[in-house]
Amino acid sequence: MTLKQIFTSAVGRKLTMGLSGIFLILFLIVHVGLNACIWANDGGEMFNRAAHFMGATVVMRILEVGLFVFIFIHIIQGLMLEVSNRSKRGTAYAVSYGNRGSKWYSRSMGLLGTIILLFLVIHWIDFWIPSRFTGVEDVTLSDGKTVHNLYALMQNRFEVTWIVVVYILGCISLAYHLAHGFQSAFRSLGVYNKKYNVMLTNFGYAFAIIVSLAFIMMPVSMYFHWLS
Amino acid sequence: MLDAKIPSGPLDQKWTDYKGHCKLVNPANKRKLEVIIVGTGLAGASAAAALGELGYKVKAFCFQDSPRRAHSIAAQGGINAAKNYQNDGDSVFRLFYDTIKGGDYRAREANVHRLAEVSANIIDQCVAQGVPFAREYGGLLSNRSFGGTQVQRTFYAAGQTGQQLLIGAYQALERQVALGNVDMYNRHEMLEVVVIDGKARGIITRDLITGKLERHFGHCVLLCSGGYGNVFYLSTNAMGSNVTAAWKAHKAGAYFGNPCFTQIHPTCIPVSGDHQSKLTLMSESLRNDGRIWVPKKQGDNRRPNEIPEEERDYYLERRYPAFGNLVPRDVASRAAKERCDAGYGVGSSKQAVYLDYAAAIERYGKGEANKRGLDHASKEEIIAMGKDVVKEKYGNLFDMYEKITGENPYEVPMRIYPAVHYTMGGLWVDYELMTTVPGLYALGEANFSDHGANRLGASALMQGLADGYFVIPYTLGNYLADEIRTSAIPTSHAAFEAAEKSVKDRIEKLMSIKGAQTVESFHKRLGKIMWDKCGMARNSQGLQEAITEIQALKKEFWSDLRIPGEINEMNFELDKAGRVADFIELGELMCKDALDRAESCGGHFREESQTEEGEALRHDDRFMYVSAWEYKGDHNWELHKESLDYEVVKPSQRSYK
Amino acid sequence: MEHNTMNLTLKVWRQKNANDRGNFETYQVSDISSEMSFLEMFDVLNERLIREGKDPIAFDHDCREGICGMCSMYIDGKPHGPWTQNTTCQLHMRAFKDGDTIVVEPWRAKAFPVVKDLVVDRTSFDRIIQAGGYISVNTGNAVDANALPVEKEKADAAFAAAACIGCGACVAACKNSSALLFVSAKVAHLALLPQGDPERKTRVVNMVAQMDKEGFGSCTATGACEATCPKGITIENIARLNKEYMVASLTSK
Repeated sequence: MTLKQIFTSAVGRKLTMGLSGIFLILFLIVHVGLNACIWANDGGEMFNRAAHFMGATVVMRILEVGLFVFIFIHIIQGLMLEVSNRSKRGTAYAVSYGNRGSKWYSRSMGLLGTIILLFLVIHWIDFWIPSRFTGVEDVTLSDGKTVHNLYALMQNRFEVTWIVVVYILGCISLAYHLAHGFQSAFRSLGVYNKKYNVMLTNFGYAFAIIVSLAFIMMPVSMYFHWLS
Repeated sequence: MLDAKIPSGPLDQKWTDYKGHCKLVNPANKRKLEVIIVGTGLAGASAAAALGELGYKVKAFCFQDSPRRAHSIAAQGGINAAKNYQNDGDSVFRLFYDTIKGGDYRAREANVHRLAEVSANIIDQCVAQGVPFAREYGGLLSNRSFGGTQVQRTFYAAGQTGQQLLIGAYQALERQVALGNVDMYNRHEMLEVVVIDGKARGIITRDLITGKLERHFGHCVLLCSGGYGNVFYLSTNAMGSNVTAAWKAHKAGAYFGNPCFTQIHPTCIPVSGDHQSKLTLMSESLRNDGRIWVPKKQGDNRRPNEIPEEERDYYLERRYPAFGNLVPRDVASRAAKERCDAGYGVGSSKQAVYLDYAAAIERYGKGEANKRGLDHASKEEIIAMGKDVVKEKYGNLFDMYEKITGENPYEVPMRIYPAVHYTMGGLWVDYELMTTVPGLYALGEANFSDHGANRLGASALMQGLADGYFVIPYTLGNYLADEIRTSAIPTSHAAFEAAEKSVKDRIEKLMSIKGAQTVESFHKRLGKIMWDKCGMARNSQGLQEAITEIQALKKEFWSDLRIPGEINEMNFELDKAGRVADFIELGELMCKDALDRAESCGGHFREESQTEEGEALRHDDRFMYVSAWEYKGDHNWELHKESLDYEVVKPSQRSYK
Repeated sequence: MEHNTMNLTLKVWRQKNANDRGNFETYQVSDISSEMSFLEMFDVLNERLIREGKDPIAFDHDCREGICGMCSMYIDGKPHGPWTQNTTCQLHMRAFKDGDTIVVEPWRAKAFPVVKDLVVDRTSFDRIIQAGGYISVNTGNAVDANALPVEKEKADAAFAAAACIGCGACVAACKNSSALLFVSAKVAHLALLPQGDPERKTRVVNMVAQMDKEGFGSCTATGACEATCPKGITIENIARLNKEYMVASLTSK
């Protein structure tokens, strides 16, 4: 079989979704860990230092390109799958099976993913584009090093109510997307042992809730000025 | 004179000898020979696969939407094979002997011995195909005992053995379809055999989606179309199971063997009302642990659990102390009918007896408590543990019972009653499975050959696969070797023309009746006549009445039938009408055959022929023959007798006391 | 046996043939016994329609004991109706109550086109099996059945997968009309047995390719198929198929 087949068959497509999904999950861990530095409550010094590190070396830049490649694979493959899957029924049912047979969010991965994508666009405009291209105010750290003051940028953005609301909605979508996506990704990669499946499913729920909650708490804690 | 073409020589050498001397077809010629197979159950699918593998050009037909739906799929219990994996004294001879004895000495020795010989190969073949038989912890195959035999020779896959075997054969068939050796025709019904110069040369089929009639040529035709239990309307057969293919063959010259030999299975879920469309079997294995009883008082309306132990009549244990609840199917069925007819029946219809698991649950519970070292387990704990054991062994059957009846069999005894299950009778075939029409073969339940007057449990699957995988590939070659010079006959031949016209005329006639009664209502009435007068017990007067009633029913059918819809579309009522028309004619022949056989034999209790204790009485002096009926026109048959000569087994009266 | 009778309203999909547009028709049925099976209720209705000179409702059914896989009704939004691990033919009217309205539709999937009324064409399943759902062993080639021991756990798992009756309820339930539960049950059944090992790579690849060709969707792992499967086939089989597929595609030439 050819490589093309692997990526275009019903199972192969899921394989790419699962692989890219797991990479994105790994990225989320890094992202949430790094951002959690804002709670060091040191006026953002630790956070800014960490953020600088993430953009400082060539390795990180290569990883970043990789991340974008995976994001785009995940998005494009996901949209293509959604379009293809939606075309398979023909005449729609008069009465739907609905939540009796499956959870709503497992049936709404396309929708949740699209919401997350829209959120990401806003998120990139807010942070990533300024930090990489259009420029961010600098700050001098305690050891004299000058870095982008992303912390200040965050404080600035999360003063605005609608942005905070959008972030909360985006993170809730992420939570549900992960609640199904986490275990589904492992299924797509062929984990069929019942024992591990139960573990993975539960771990997936925990991961979805903890990560999303942590992300939600960032704008919230800034909006309410819980940080000094 | 009927010639069964049984090879000479000692019984255990006949098949080996035959195989060594039968004619062969070389591979190049096989590609030119076309084989038509009607029906894709165990016999049909296995034959299609095996013949396709050999290189014949096969066309297979089934009326369902896929060959995998054939009713072989519903067999629950298992498949016998003389493997002797249990080291308990089994052998080819014992399997042969048990089958002959179980058939009440009305089967042909040579065929049955061959069946026993190839039985072991079947298991090998099925395992190689990936049939997931039950296994022991050591990874080897597990066996269980079944229906009155003394050895454990039954291979099984939970309660779905038939399904697993059929799927195996179906997959082998689909493999040949993929390889281009078999052309599969789903939703096609065979409606006529085409006979040219005395040989079967093709069939006429109807496409059940478009209603279109089609002609198909074959150098030979194999009927693997199953049994005709649905002549009784209510049976454990599938709704679509029918006699039409076999009946068309019969009318085209094939003799019908032992039509009245039907098997009544003792453990079915009883009828619940007039709406009933079919009966569901509960595996015979339930009798291994359940106790069968009725109240000692006639018309006792108390709930079963309110009837105290001393007021219960465990009639099988009472009448047959040696075998108890494990007497063969025919004996158990008759005894249940006897109790119900005498007014001791239970349930709302009073046509049922109890199959009680309370004792087994307690026994297993105690065993479990012992195993776990619980000396002071309470009664409730013991019952709970017992239920778990029973659930593991019979859970799927209990669930099925609960789904159908709404009663919980772990708490309340199950109600069971006998139902028509299998037909031992069928098209008469010789040793090569050929009917009296050259080139026309019958395999599996469609033929009469191996089970005599009563089939043993777990033998039907064995026979279907034996015929398809291991018998027909040899015997068919012996016939086709002489056909290699016959080139394909174009279907424009006058015989095809005429056969198609007769099918067309008949369909148009059915459609043009435009009467008032539905097909279903005629079928129900036929079934009632058959069950009442040609069922488990019968007598001369009843059979004569039945013949008259069926003749009248036939007349009414052809003058007052209503079929909605059109010919050239999917029309299930029309399909059914053709089948019921054939059932009506078959019903008459069955009664005629039953009338001729004035002995109690196998599943049939002829009331005039019983011992003083009311047990079945066989008459080997007068009826040691196969009845082969030749069709001679409307209501007219001629009986040919193939006498049964037992060279090896000495017939004796069966006793289970 | 306690039972009651009920009057019901049925909304049934009627479609004369594959080319017809089709629409719902409403029927009233009365005096339906709670002991009847769902299909027997349809029998009663059909008998009436015939007597009234109307066309009876076409539906597939055969064994009526839940094993042949022919029956296929989508009842009130669920394939095979409200009970779990059940086929339409085994559904009994106890599941409903007097006055209920029941909506009955055919399986819906482009790969299962409607033939008439509630009858659909499932030959796509046969073609998927033809693509590799078998073990290539000619009759007579087999070694002794006990020559190759099979771990009991694996044999049991293979049996659990092989219990699939090919009814297509998984496709009907799946939001993507995916046939992956069906395909994976066969792949798992054969891959778990040593006899199926030699062909395991080509089998999974070819069966999946055929599934795609037939126009079934892919799997989103919602679990709807598992929830509706009358034989309790689990989606663990799908994960197993995914692994088989991955290994096959990575190691093929």
